[in-house]
Amino acid sequence: MSITMDYKTVIKPKNSLFDIDFKELWQYRDLFSMFVKRDIITQYKQTILGPLWFFIQPAITTIMYMVVFGGIAKIPTDGLPQPLFYLAGIVCWQYFADCLNKTSSTFVSNQGIFGKVYFPRLIIPLSNVVSGLLRMGIQFAMFLIVYVYFLFQGVGVAPTIYIFLLPLLVVMLAGLSLGFGILISSMTTKYRDLTLLFGFIVQLWMYVTPIIYPLSTMSPKHQWIMALNPITSIVETFKFGTMGVGTFSWGQLAYSFSFMVLLLGVGIVVFNKVQRSFMDTV
Amino acid sequence: MTAIKFENISKQYRLGLVSTQTLSHDLNRWFQVNIRRREDPYFKIGEVNDRSTKGDSDYVWALRDINFEVNQGDVVGIVGKNGAGKSTLLKILSKVTAPTTGTIKAHGRIASLLEVGTGFHPEMTGRENIYMNGAIMGMRKAEISRKLAEIVDFSGVERYIDTPTKRYSSGMTVRLGFAIAAHLDPEILVVDEVLAVGDAEFQKKAIGKMQDVSKGEGRTVLFVSHNMASLRSLCTQGVLMDKGMVVSSGLIGPICDMYLKGATDKDICGFWKRNDISKDKDFQISEVKVLNENEELNSVFSCDETIMIRMTFLVLKKIPGIYGCLYLKRDDGTIVYVSDSNDKAYNKLESLPLGESVVDFQIPKRILGVGSYTVSLYFTSNFNIGGFYVDTPGDVCKFELYDDTTNRGNNRAGFLSTIVDWKIKATVIK
Repeated sequence: MSITMDYKTVIKPKNSLFDIDFKELWQYRDLFSMFVKRDIITQYKQTILGPLWFFIQPAITTIMYMVVFGGIAKIPTDGLPQPLFYLAGIVCWQYFADCLNKTSSTFVSNQGIFGKVYFPRLIIPLSNVVSGLLRMGIQFAMFLIVYVYFLFQGVGVAPTIYIFLLPLLVVMLAGLSLGFGILISSMTTKYRDLTLLFGFIVQLWMYVTPIIYPLSTMSPKHQWIMALNPITSIVETFKFGTMGVGTFSWGQLAYSFSFMVLLLGVGIVVFNKVQRSFMDTV
Repeated sequence: MTAIKFENISKQYRLGLVSTQTLSHDLNRWFQVNIRRREDPYFKIGEVNDRSTKGDSDYVWALRDINFEVNQGDVVGIVGKNGAGKSTLLKILSKVTAPTTGTIKAHGRIASLLEVGTGFHPEMTGRENIYMNGAIMGMRKAEISRKLAEIVDFSGVERYIDTPTKRYSSGMTVRLGFAIAAHLDPEILVVDEVLAVGDAEFQKKAIGKMQDVSKGEGRTVLFVSHNMASLRSLCTQGVLMDKGMVVSSGLIGPICDMYLKGATDKDICGFWKRNDISKDKDFQISEVKVLNENEELNSVFSCDETIMIRMTFLVLKKIPGIYGCLYLKRDDGTIVYVSDSNDKAYNKLESLPLGESVVDFQIPKRILGVGSYTVSLYFTSNFNIGGFYVDTPGDVCKFELYDDTTNRGNNRAGFLSTIVDWKIKATVIK
């Protein structure tokens, strides 16, 4: 027994804004990997087609886009075959949208477990973003198959050196969706109408991202709107790296990257503040 | 050595719905505190948390200035009525929610068992869920692997361990959940009413495990329960809470007595008064009181006390052949005893004079066993012109018995507390 007792656990009403316990997060790394595993395993349990859904969803979406945007609206595709063009966009956008959807409901959909036991809440959105990678990987493989098919058909597509930026692009998509997601989930615990608002915004967001049309069809006068969207440069770099079509600018990519860093920073601080008492308001 | 120290812990909740007003309150609060550097305008107006009376304020204090210390190795029982703040306190301790003011300082890892089976994913097997649940409570994977066999064995669901938990019965879920938590090895274990579920065998096992944890391994346990018997047998210390405040703390025995004596919950009440006394009724019972030996009203008794049930009758007209039945029933409706006013002497109640009179019914000490009893009364007559049922108030009073003077005490099963001597007649030598 000592007089100056150092308490290992101290519970206080308010932590300072930047008091984020990354050490604790690391201590719970096993839980993180288990959540990732759980997300993947349980996604298609008790379904007939199982993981096949990973293929079916993007395939049908691509066909839909081909019919609606390519066929009816006749939106050009930068000279690329339609399936390849749409699939490239879907791989990027679907991952971002999926992660955003899951992470933005972190508090509301996990209130049962959060109300009973403590662990670093950030584990959940983090594991969502990582478990989404599997799906993205499968869709990317699908993209490659279609890619190789069109190569043999003699379509003039060729990767550029920027293909080595792919891992960075994935990290940026993950970071952006995580940042937005935790920010949204923190804000919607108390005021649910924000959920409706954000759902709406995400839906519209896709149309200001060059997924169904190439950036080049935009008049130069309006290109600045697209440039503000941090996803734009990621999608464009993806297309430029893999197929040599579209635009690429280091400046744009740097903008998206700084946007992500800032967003993640703000997101984590806000999330950390909300997690301490969200049970009272959720 | 102090294991946990609660310092001025308070928790304020906002009542009612989160609505547009919430936003205006929030903005006002933010403006006052951050711009004008004033005190939080909603901080003072909170009221004591009394759920039965309607208050004026939208804010209540679920906890108010909680101060106490828990020593290492103590098993502390927290008792109090519903809404006393017990669970809120445990929630703050297990970091589910933050206190409004104050600090808690604790030595070591805190594991909470607020509800067993939390975080079980129905689609995953028992084994997968053990890993998942252990990890949620802060265990490393290797640690769980090491204890897996022990956990499975303790839970007694070995046969189902590779079956998804959605196929489990609720009892099996609880068993598995408790088994994981009990093998966590935290320095501080927080347990909230888990033993209520699970069968008798498992309850015994669970209590035994918790005793081992505290006595053998020197861990600290905080335990919330309404079951006085398990509290008395498991805990060393007690804390009595009421309306968000600590009323008293000390050894568990006196704390339990204090809680039971003060139990003013409607369901345990040693007093009944007829609200609708009728001028047209010839014979009616107007009041029933449960009294102790000093003729004081009470609802909690030791088995060593004589209990008096005092009935006040109002007779406006004599009824031929009137007799009464007094039932003593347990909470589950089991009739423990029936007494008939005609059991020996004929027609005692027929001789009651017109007007008000008092009849005492004494339950000798050391007859009834530990538990709570409901008193039911029925008055009937075979010769009444108005019908067989003369006055049937039914359940009127309720009282509770405890036993702290015998070795078996509150753990004695059955309906009787009679002490029978084990006489040794002679030693037989072959």
